[in-house]
Amino acid sequence: MEPLQIPPVNLILLAPLLTVVGWASALLLVDVFLIPEGKKKLTGYLAIAGLLVAGLVGLPLWNVSGSTFSGMLVLDRYSLSLTWIFVIVGALSIAMALDYLPRHGIEQGEFYPLIMFAVAGMILLAQGTDLIVLFLGIEALSITLYILTGFAYPRLTSEEAAMKYLVLGAFAAGFFVYGIALVYGATGTTSLAGIAEFLGRQTLVAEDQTLLLAGAGMVLIAFSFKTALVPFHMWTPDVYEGSPTPVAAFMSVGTKGAALAALLRVLAFAFEGVQAYWLPVLAALAAITMVVGNLGALGQTNVKRMLAYSSIGHAGYILLGIMVASERGAEAFLFYLLAYALTNLGAFGVVIALEQQGESVWSIEDFAGLYQRRPMLAVAMALFMFSLAGVPPTAGFMAKFFIFTAAYEGGLGWLALVGVITSAIAAYFYLRVVVKMFMQEPAREVQPELNRGLNADIIIAGVATLLIGLVPTPFIFLAQQSLVALGG
Amino acid sequence: MTNAIPLEAVLVVAGALFCIGLFGALSRRNMVGILMGVELMLNAVNINLVAFWRYLEPRFITGQTFALFVIAVAAAEAAVGLAMIIAIYRSWQTVNADSVDSLRG
Amino acid sequence: MLGAYLPILVMFLIAVFIAAFVIIVSSLLGPRRSTVRKLAPYESGMEPIGPAIRRIPVKFYVVAMLFIVFDIEVVFFYPYALVFRDLAGPGLVAMGVFFLVLVVGFVYEWKKGALKWE
Repeated sequence: MEPLQIPPVNLILLAPLLTVVGWASALLLVDVFLIPEGKKKLTGYLAIAGLLVAGLVGLPLWNVSGSTFSGMLVLDRYSLSLTWIFVIVGALSIAMALDYLPRHGIEQGEFYPLIMFAVAGMILLAQGTDLIVLFLGIEALSITLYILTGFAYPRLTSEEAAMKYLVLGAFAAGFFVYGIALVYGATGTTSLAGIAEFLGRQTLVAEDQTLLLAGAGMVLIAFSFKTALVPFHMWTPDVYEGSPTPVAAFMSVGTKGAALAALLRVLAFAFEGVQAYWLPVLAALAAITMVVGNLGALGQTNVKRMLAYSSIGHAGYILLGIMVASERGAEAFLFYLLAYALTNLGAFGVVIALEQQGESVWSIEDFAGLYQRRPMLAVAMALFMFSLAGVPPTAGFMAKFFIFTAAYEGGLGWLALVGVITSAIAAYFYLRVVVKMFMQEPAREVQPELNRGLNADIIIAGVATLLIGLVPTPFIFLAQQSLVALGG
Repeated sequence: MTNAIPLEAVLVVAGALFCIGLFGALSRRNMVGILMGVELMLNAVNINLVAFWRYLEPRFITGQTFALFVIAVAAAEAAVGLAMIIAIYRSWQTVNADSVDSLRG
Repeated sequence: MLGAYLPILVMFLIAVFIAAFVIIVSSLLGPRRSTVRKLAPYESGMEPIGPAIRRIPVKFYVVAMLFIVFDIEVVFFYPYALVFRDLAGPGLVAMGVFFLVLVVGFVYEWKKGALKWE
């Protein structure tokens, strides 16, 4: 064997990732040594600051692109835009948690560094161009999320949710690595570019590529688990209901976004040449995900479970953008991710405001008559519900519009049709919340609790939802620019 | 030496181990048992990775490196899983997965 | 090629045969008279004390858990030990960073009191 060489490493390309990881590690120690009990909110503020710094560090890298660590990690505008989305998601989730944790008696300083580590895992997924790195990213994200799910420790539902999530997640991890091992056996490489090169080298005969097909299939199953695509979605409502609400909000947008972003890279680079094989499978997955997710939400009276099913449905829509492995599709994907993330974080913020201490009901009845008591809160929630449903002047409408157009132009007209129909069904359960808030008398007295963190979250999310809906052009431009110089 | 045992044989062993792990994880009621099943699945993968490395690409150490990462990740997962089982045992006095069912699924 | 392993197979079969033969013959021929003393669990000829399945303090699990993590992280040192001469300075820096991350975790658990036995 020839002597080993350390490959040239360009740490500049990883600056945002390293900032998040370094800051989180330091914060962990600062929290135990310097910040006294009862002042843990300070840790939260420091964590938000760290995430924002990481976002700023990324700014000068906009015109830089390149890969490092022997092509295992890449920095391009696509990964940078995703990094910014993830940083915003992390910061808003922490803002929501600042008062939620002490109010429910589960305040521990570790919460904030853990969210940062999860964000680091997500950035790793956005930057990874090697199956090993993607595996590490998914695991870094998942393992921290297992802990965060069980964070409301004495609460039994939280522990149960964490255990369910862990068992199924570990399962998915097993499938993921087994799939990667088979792909490695078939192609002799784990890098996405290497796989693409292998596939481009010869015309693929399915009969000779059992290993590769089986491996790719298992990788797809694992991704479906992580992003809760039907039929691998069974864990989602339980886990969302059991976990602390800010964590559920973080999961609903963060995990999905990061895993789908990685899936897009895998499909668009490594397996682009064999689109004919995976397209029908993904199309079927997307179709049943849209249908089952939205139908499942219909019968829910628990708002948290409803949002869980709604997030399943939205994953189906996002999948449309991924399948159209074109620039239009990827643009629509990024745009949808941004719009959905902000809207959903806002909706979860309102749910947290209504969540009473020591209770775990999240009944839709608590929304009844909200308009009379807190008009602004009700208006904000209505805005988020309209956006999730895809009603015109909101971000959700523009996002759905782009993704359906991209799907239609990409030759997936029937899927776009399924999307439109399921959106119409979905409007029912989103608007039901609005009707409750504005038209009905309160069933019982629920005192909404607002505070600085929640206010910030709801205001930022609300303004962004409106802004993206009314003036989408700069955001579309940003999404288009993100796909320039997309590295493989 | 590598010719003595065909690659297929190693793959079959790994596949069998994976299936045993899968069966264990699905059929066990004890949560520790479930975790052990998952560990078996991951170790089957390691056999695969090392076998592919030895038979197909012995010049590049990708397979070996990956196996190390899988070992490390499996350990982290096991540690978190054990911590969770302790937490559940403290509150429910059981490690039986069936009796932990307060969330309607 | 597999022929080289034939002796092992033969050996394996013989071992199975002898073991099965001895067990079957002794169970067929041997007398069976159970007494209290015979049924009791064997503890080196002493009187058995207490139940065999005993509750173990949860402290052991915590230590075992921490041990798993730190023990396994050492796997990354083994490959480094093989090539540390080739990698020289940069390798040392890389492993230093890795070690630093481990130390962060260690200091954290120490401060949290996870290592205190009492």
